[in-house]
Amino acid sequence: MADSILSDSPMKALKTALLVALACALLVSFTAVSLRPLYLANLEAERMARLTSILQTLDQVAGGMRPEDIEARVVTLENGSYADDIDPATYDARHAANDPAKSIHIPPQFDLAGIKRRAPHAVVYLIRNSNGMIDALILPVRGVGYQSALYGYLALAADANEILALKFYEHGETPGLGSRIQDPDWEALWPGNQAFDESGRVSIRVGTSQGFAGDRVDGISGATRTTNGVDRLIQFWLGDFAFGPYLKRVRSGEG
Amino acid sequence: MAANNWKILGTPLVNENPITLQILGICSALAVTTSLDTALVMTIAVTCVLALSGAAVSLIRNQLPHSVRIIVQITIIASLVIIVDLVLKAYLFEIGKRLSVFVGLIVTNCIVLGRAEGFAMRNNVGASVLDGIGNGLGYGLILMVVGAIREFFGRGSLFGAQILVPTSQGGGFEPLHIMLLPPSAFFIIACLIWYIRRKRPEQVEKPEFEIRIKARSSQAKGETS
Repeated sequence: MADSILSDSPMKALKTALLVALACALLVSFTAVSLRPLYLANLEAERMARLTSILQTLDQVAGGMRPEDIEARVVTLENGSYADDIDPATYDARHAANDPAKSIHIPPQFDLAGIKRRAPHAVVYLIRNSNGMIDALILPVRGVGYQSALYGYLALAADANEILALKFYEHGETPGLGSRIQDPDWEALWPGNQAFDESGRVSIRVGTSQGFAGDRVDGISGATRTTNGVDRLIQFWLGDFAFGPYLKRVRSGEG
Repeated sequence: MAANNWKILGTPLVNENPITLQILGICSALAVTTSLDTALVMTIAVTCVLALSGAAVSLIRNQLPHSVRIIVQITIIASLVIIVDLVLKAYLFEIGKRLSVFVGLIVTNCIVLGRAEGFAMRNNVGASVLDGIGNGLGYGLILMVVGAIREFFGRGSLFGAQILVPTSQGGGFEPLHIMLLPPSAFFIIACLIWYIRRKRPEQVEKPEFEIRIKARSSQAKGETS
């Protein structure tokens, strides 16, 4: 063994290291690409499962509904009207947001969630009662937590003000800390809070932000940046540059 | 030769168990043993990584320059762990989510690098694979024992099947919540180590120095301590 140290030429070391790295890279890339469809299917199943769990939370209004049964509509975020020429089953807001040609740049002063671009439309879910009146709305939200993107659903009552649930279905937050945004105990803090104050401004806050009169949801200790991310994404998606115009229309009865 | 192969496969189970004798891989053993199914999946994942990394390292051991051997071994191990992680995400999404970071942390599991450097660098491919499987099973054996104890006393179930009905559901079993917390894994592993070393005293390490208790009364008179 001792003489092999001397016989090692740096070139040989470099060559071996490069060859091994190349072989490993090929193997990993091949596996990643070939397994990706299965992974994406799992993520979609997870999204549906979270939507189902929101419906279970809204049991008194949604009474045993499954995600397939709810009415999905495409909303044009800019003016809050429904865009019924777009099929909600095929519209992929996430894909659109990644495509500069199909998405809208969010001016930095509005970009509280830190997502830079958003799709012009969003797929919302409406739960109607037997009279055809809206009982609850489910809005897709996303933002940035601590080094990962958060994807979730926010459910609001018919007054477009009372929060019924907030559930995240995809995130890459630190296990045991930021990942507690999926903890049922933390999710249980959300129902019953009012999202807006009398003047119609977003008043719900998450965490320890001082000087706000509105309702407040406790932050997660040890996950300040995740908590702040959730706070900002709620501010953004309920605000004027996202669902604000749509929620105004719902409140005025045009939904 | 066959007897030797069985020896390579069998010794890491109890006699040279990576957890109880070498005290390696404790971190993941604490984290994934709250239930048996995660412990089983982790066992399979670690065994695969151990066997395949052993084979790969053994295959190139004669071409591997001494100066870069560790980094090359880690590259191989890390690639295998990424592949295992991808496979879990594709086929066992739920369990993979519960194992969270601990699949990725197999890279830093000392057992894997220990076997690559300590065994695969000096033995042929077949023996290295057997050694990897043996060590994976030795690791898994402890994981399964700890997982079974923790899940049974912590939840009253095994592999998710309810055996004892907890009081919260009207039964007579009061779950021991400490069993689901990391300290309980420490206690259980410590008890296993104690039991194995009691049965096999040759595993007991020699103390690095001995504490001698001197008769204090005769010395203490002339000294200030």
